[in-house]
Amino acid sequence: MIANITMTETRAELTKLVRLPAYVLPTIAFPLGFYAFFGLAMGGSQRIGATTAAAYMLATFGAFGVVGCALFGFAVSVAVERGQGWLLVKRASPMPQAAYFVAKLLTTMLFAAVVVLLLCGLASEFGGVRLAPAAWLELIAALVFGSIPFAALGLAIGFVAGPNSAPAIVNLVYLPLSFVSGLWIPIEGLPPAIAHIAPFLPTYHLGQLALGTIGPGHGSAVTHVLILVLWTIAGVAAAAYGMKRDEGRTYG
Amino acid sequence: MNDDTQVPARLARVTKRYGAITALHGIDVELAAGETLALLGPNGAGKTTAIRTLLGIVAPDEGTATLFGRSPRVAKNRARVGAMLQVAGVPATLTVAEHVRLFATYYPHPLPLAETLEIAGLRGLEKRLYGELSGGQKQRVAFALAICGDPDALILDEPTSALDVEARLALWSQIRAYVARGRSVLLTTHDLAEADALADRIVVLLAGRIVAEGTAAELKARARGATSFGLAGATPLESAFLTLTKGS
Repeated sequence: MIANITMTETRAELTKLVRLPAYVLPTIAFPLGFYAFFGLAMGGSQRIGATTAAAYMLATFGAFGVVGCALFGFAVSVAVERGQGWLLVKRASPMPQAAYFVAKLLTTMLFAAVVVLLLCGLASEFGGVRLAPAAWLELIAALVFGSIPFAALGLAIGFVAGPNSAPAIVNLVYLPLSFVSGLWIPIEGLPPAIAHIAPFLPTYHLGQLALGTIGPGHGSAVTHVLILVLWTIAGVAAAAYGMKRDEGRTYG
Repeated sequence: MNDDTQVPARLARVTKRYGAITALHGIDVELAAGETLALLGPNGAGKTTAIRTLLGIVAPDEGTATLFGRSPRVAKNRARVGAMLQVAGVPATLTVAEHVRLFATYYPHPLPLAETLEIAGLRGLEKRLYGELSGGQKQRVAFALAICGDPDALILDEPTSALDVEARLALWSQIRAYVARGRSVLLTTHDLAEADALADRIVVLLAGRIVAEGTAAELKARARGATSFGLAGATPLESAFLTLTKGS
């Protein structure tokens, strides 16, 4: 029953988003466009450390892409549905509450997978990126599952922000975080002051985790995963707090 | 006393506070099986809080809320109840049929899609996106979501407050048709005529307290017995309402 509801809920979530060009275009076109420009046209076969720019930026723009899917997918849709009262309609229904969140997470991961696979296609077709089958799988898995902490952070934003301010807040978080964490320009090329801040940010750890699967990452994968898990917990806790706060609001 | 599992909805000595504001002061409301009950009161009387407590959206500070004898805070205990809330937003990029079909999966024995659409007056609109509908049509979708699970009881928060006369009358007849199937309905309204037209029994709520209860006829009779408060041009029920609420 619950699995059934979650599946239908996921299909509805997916249908909703696919019909929303304001979500589909930026989340897919931006990472692909940036990667084609920075990773392929500008970088090409130029080397960054032990690998090519095309391979390096496949990992970092992959991280950039999945973070966008998760932040926009969760923060904006939750803020809108909460702000307009749709969440209350769901809560008054017999739908198990988990179905709503799991459906949004599955939808986000599916979009993330599409973005990552398209990037991999570009990288292998036009960037000459050649990886062992296991490395391809590890890279794709790290990125797709790496969207989870950002879904949690997006959920927190969705429960704190209003429906109109959520997109602005996401942009305010997403773009600077991606830049400072070395997702646009390799961390090695950033000024040392910025490179020192990066390890405090979740985006840095996802970027390094993805890079680690193809070679040139800093730090151990276990550490990155642990830190991302902590960010996930923080996001869920903040969202739970926001949800509790909503319940205490006055109604007529 | 009835077996509690036979009572579609009950608030027992429910108090609900929001910070310093007390929205409900230990109220008792019981919706009997097969009955249409109107919770009547002006804005801010606590009607919406009563509904949200009954539906498990908020927990009471004191007292208990039950649906068929069970706590509404547990999702599956809401499976015999359909609800309509006073909210603006239903996701715009799904069609009418997609919305109804999704909601129907939440219930163990939903109505067939065609039947839900028929009862709610949505035939021919099933392929339209929700965002393209008129205000009256949107309210009909909200009604469709409330009935699609074929619930034994309906809980409707100000179902017609945003509607024009024609749409209001249409929704009234849809609610009556549902009652005719032997179901129970609890609805809130600030409109006396609506309570009179639909309800078997009226509970008057004012500032979080129940100030009167009875059939429309009983309320009118009681008001005549009390200090006369008749206003020129007011209907008997309106003067009854004014007398009752003024006296508290």
